[in-house]
This record gives sequence, structure tokens and C-alpha cells, in this order.
Amino acid sequence: MAAPVPPGPPRGPPRGPKGTELFGEVYRTLVANPLTFAGAVLVALMTGVAIVVVALPAVGSLFHLSLTVVPYGPNTPSTTTLAGPSPQHLLGTDELGRDVFSRVLVALPLDLGVSTFIIAAAVLIGGALGLYSGFWDDLGRMGHALSVVILRVTDVFLAFPTLVLALALAALLGRNLTATTIALVVTWWPYYVRLVRGEVLSIKHQGYISAARALGVTNARIVSRHVLRNLIEPIIVYMTLDIGTVIVTFSTIAYVGIALPVDSPEWGSMISYYQVFLPNYLWLVLGPGLAIFVSVLALSLLGDGLREVLDPRSRRAFARVTRTTTAVSSVTPDAPGEA
Amino acid sequence: MGRSLTDLLFFLGWRLLQLLPVLLGVVVLTFVFSHVAISNPCAAWNPHAKRNVIDACTAFWGFNQPLPVQFWKYLTLLVQGNWGTDPTGNPVWPAIASGVPETLELVIASLVIMTVIGIILGVVAAAFSGRWPDHLIRMFYLSGWAAPTYLAALVLSIVAAPALGLPTEGAFTYNPPPFPQPTHMSVVDALLAGSGSGTVDALKHLILPATALAFLNLGIVTRMTRSSMLEILPMDFIKGTRMKGLGEGRVLFGHALRNALITTTTVLGFTASGLLAGTVVVEDIFAWPGIGRYSYLAIVQYNFAGTIGVVIVFAVAVVIANLVADVVYGVLDPRVEWR
Repeated sequence: MAAPVPPGPPRGPPRGPKGTELFGEVYRTLVANPLTFAGAVLVALMTGVAIVVVALPAVGSLFHLSLTVVPYGPNTPSTTTLAGPSPQHLLGTDELGRDVFSRVLVALPLDLGVSTFIIAAAVLIGGALGLYSGFWDDLGRMGHALSVVILRVTDVFLAFPTLVLALALAALLGRNLTATTIALVVTWWPYYVRLVRGEVLSIKHQGYISAARALGVTNARIVSRHVLRNLIEPIIVYMTLDIGTVIVTFSTIAYVGIALPVDSPEWGSMISYYQVFLPNYLWLVLGPGLAIFVSVLALSLLGDGLREVLDPRSRRAFARVTRTTTAVSSVTPDAPGEA
Repeated sequence: MGRSLTDLLFFLGWRLLQLLPVLLGVVVLTFVFSHVAISNPCAAWNPHAKRNVIDACTAFWGFNQPLPVQFWKYLTLLVQGNWGTDPTGNPVWPAIASGVPETLELVIASLVIMTVIGIILGVVAAAFSGRWPDHLIRMFYLSGWAAPTYLAALVLSIVAAPALGLPTEGAFTYNPPPFPQPTHMSVVDALLAGSGSGTVDALKHLILPATALAFLNLGIVTRMTRSSMLEILPMDFIKGTRMKGLGEGRVLFGHALRNALITTTTVLGFTASGLLAGTVVVEDIFAWPGIGRYSYLAIVQYNFAGTIGVVIVFAVAVVIANLVADVVYGVLDPRVEWR
């Protein structure tokens, strides 16, 4: 506090803590906030179950065993039709006697896997374009012209409501899983251009980037060592929240019957297929409905909690520190270890 | 640049001018996507037709012409106000012209529900930050986020509709209603006709779809109100109002909320994209005669002119909503200069 701050490029608000300190803080928030903790546990559980559902039969087949956690075949009919929930059929059976619990279970790796793939592809495409248009956006250079093109194209894509564009594309490209996946990637990447570019622009003008430049560090090295590392936090938070949104959008496209054949074991398809049995056979829709609800809720709780930890602004608000800071007054000297 | 009316007009003009390339991009993109993915929809329109029927259809619609020629033809007609016709020969424009106001009414109704409930919840959550009402409210709005729109709509139409005695189909009980529909907004039309029972009927039909639509974005309003309230509450002028002896309700809603609303208002504009996308599903489930339902039908029926038409309308709506949000923000925040 006593030493005057030397004049230099203005510093932004301090970013999230680094390394082990960050994990400590994540852990503390998880424990302090029961909802975030519940979200984290649920996400871990879902991922685990999804992996087991897919991997166990594969591992079993290596040893000529039929191992599986799915109690019945998802498309195997039986004579117990439209039976209510029971110990044999946890979520009852449908009009063909298929076990609803098994159908909900096999949909988990599908929905989770497709959504993760879509987000990963969107982050790679959108992130690369955002990084380029943010970092190499120097006036009068080739990079500027290119980033203007990137941003204009992004604007066009952002003008579409996501569901409408994704639905139209999936319907045009062939009304199947591949078409829907491509349609969702095409719809989703522009958001990451905006996110990454915004972050890169704020990182680019930090003191340590100028310092690295002055030391003669190459652009490639600055990007890989300094920019990318600072990008990881906001991207992870946004991805966690976004996977839930993609699950919802994907299941909506399945609900209207464009992503998959109408009778597929997928949550949205199942709700659409079983809704004619409402309100008498409630469990048919309850199973897939709860599955979407719980998985998206878990991802949102986790993402929301992570944001509280990683976003310094909301962290300060969360801790209810009485001193308010505005953008102007945040020129505080950084901790010596951080620079 | 300052804050005078001329500055605002220049700002509006400049932004509307910027809208043109985005719109052109939207049209090009939709046209290219649709015509490249399915170069000749005649086969899809007449699945069991003979070869000569398909050839006649192809020649009639000009699908055998080069893509640029087809595009130029479409664009020149569009500029003249001719939006083309669907596969059965019905013009697209009347459907859009009557659908847009219906959807606008639905969106406005859901905005009202969303704002009122969201702001109240946000203020309460901020007042009890970190304690159980805050956690409960977070749980509530995240569950709105986690429930896909079609699930919320389904639950409302199956659980809430019978319980409250509300209708779940269309905009009126008798369709068409016994009075003229000059505006195609059901409540407004009934009011203009001076029909009391018609107004009640229209409102009853409006409640459920509007609530289903509002549920999705409730969280955004709640979260924004909560976080901006948390920034305002520790400020000195709030302490001042408490010292003055004002009740907690007056402090929260009379003084803190008034300042916190700036960010909340702005964020409403950015929910437009999500709301419009939601209308596709909600209008389909509640048989609401708006543009969302029309766009779903157009997409599913390979109605190219209809699909491009609705996508253009949706894109214009999103861009205009963002513009309105910017203007409202500028009007509310005296620090903003128009540029």
C-alpha cells in the first residue's frame, strides 16, 4: 500500500488464483456451498455411470463374458406391458413391454457423449478463430482484415436463434444423428469466438504480456504459455454450463423427431413418443424427463458454483466484502508472487 | 459524441445500416444451406411420384437452374416484398404476417411474467445471500434452466391445465373468434372488439404457453437482479436509507432495486434469442397460431421459402431486440455516450 504504483499499462481486476491455491479454493467452495457440491457429485456420478454403461460390455466381450449394468435390452419387447414401477422394472415398462429404466440408462452415454463432442468441437473451432481474431487483431495488418471477416461471419451466425438454426440445418442435412451433431456444431462455435476473443483482448493488454514481449518472447510462445493458460478458466466454466444447454437443445431436436428415429432410446425421443400415454402412465415420461432435468441441473449447479469461484467480481460479492470496487478504482498492486 | 437526441438518432441510423450486411448474410447462408443440402426437394415433396411428375415439378420451381441464378431470382422477389410460396402454392408472407403478432404477444406476455417473478426472486435472494432462501431460489431458477421447454410445457398442460381449468390449445376456444382480427394479437383483438368474454378467453389461452416460455429464462433475470443487488447493497446510500429508519422492504425495492434494474433491463434484450427459439416448441405443443409453429411446420415439410422467411424474421427480431437493449441501457445509464 505504501509504495507508489509505478506508471505502466493499466491492470485489469486480478484474475482467479493459480495452481494449488485454485484447487484449495474450489474445494472450499464445494464444501461451503451444498448445491455446488451436490452438482459436482452428480456430474461425477453421471460421467462414471455413462462410462460404465459403454465400457463394461466392451471389456466383458474381451473375456467372452456378457457384462452389463443395463438390466434389459433397451429395445427388447416383453409380455409385461405398461406395468408400473416395481423392483423388476424400476421405472415400469412401456406399451411394448420394454424396460423404461434400461432405455433411460442407455441414453445417458448418448446424450452426454454427443453434447460433450459438440462442445469440444465448438470450443476448438470457435476458440481458434477467437484467439486469432483477438490476438492478431493489429490495425493495418493482414490479421485485422481476417479478424474483421471472422467477426462479421460470427455476427451473422449469432443473429439466428440457436434452436431454429440447428433445427433447420439438422432437417436439411438428413434428419439423423450425424446431421444433428453437425448442425449443432455449426450453431455453437460462434459463441466461443465471442467468449475467447473478449478474454484474449483483456489478457493481451496485461502487464505480463508486454513484459514477455519486451523480453523477446515469440508470439507463439506468449500464446501457448500465457494466453491459453488464462483462457482455460473462463472456458471451463462456460463449457460446464453449456453442455447442459446442448443436452437440452439436442433432446429438443430429438423430441420433434429430427435427430433420431421416433422410437429411439433417447430422452427427448422417449418423451415425445410416450407423451400420448399421459396422464395415465406417468412413469413413462417421468423417467426420461427426470434424467434430462437432473443431468442439466447438476451441470448448471456445478458451472454456477465454479463461476462464483473463478469470477473475481462475483467472488467478492459472494464473500460480502463491504468495500465495493468499480472498474476505475481497481488499480491495486498485485501480490508480489503473482507477477 | 454525446447524449443528445441527434446523437441517438445517428447511433440508431448507423446500427440499422450495420444490420443490412448481417441480414444479407443471413439470407445467403440460409439459402445456400438449404439448397446445397437438398438440391431438389421435389422428391421429398412427392415421395411416390412418377419420374415425369418430378421432372415437371423441378422445371416448375426452377430447381434445375444454377444456384446463383436461383438465388438472384429469390432475392429480387424478396426485395419486391414477394416471400415466395410453399410447396402447395400458398404464399409465405400472409402466414408470416399473421404469425409474427401472435408470437409477439406470447413473447411479451412471457417477458412480463419473467420480469415480475424474476426481479422479486432476485431481490429476495440478494437480501438473504448465502442463506437458505438464496439456495432455494437458486435451485428454483436453475430448475427452470434445466427443464427443457417442451418438458415444462408438457408438465403445465398435463398438471396445471386441469387443476386450474385452463385451455391448452390455440388462442381462442372458437376459432376463428366471432370478431375481426385486425392485429392478430388475441387479447388486443378481443379488446378492440369490446368483447369482455373474448378477452377473458384470450387471456386464459395465453397464460400457460407464456408461463412455459418464461420458465426457461427466469434464471437469467433472477441471477442478474441478484448480482447487481449484491453490488448495490453494501453502498453508503443504502446505509443512509437504513439509518433514516426506512423499512427493509422500502430499502430493497424502493432504493436498491431502482439502481440494480439497469443491468436487469439490459439482459432482457439478450434473452430474445432464447425466447424466440422457445416459441418453436411451445407454440407446437399449445397449438399457438404464431410464427414458431409455422417455422416448425416449414422446416419439417421442406418448405424452403417458408424456412428462409421465418429464419429472416427470427434474425431480424434478435438483432432488433439487441439494439433495443443497447438503447434502453444507454437511456438508463447516464454515463453512456451514443457512438
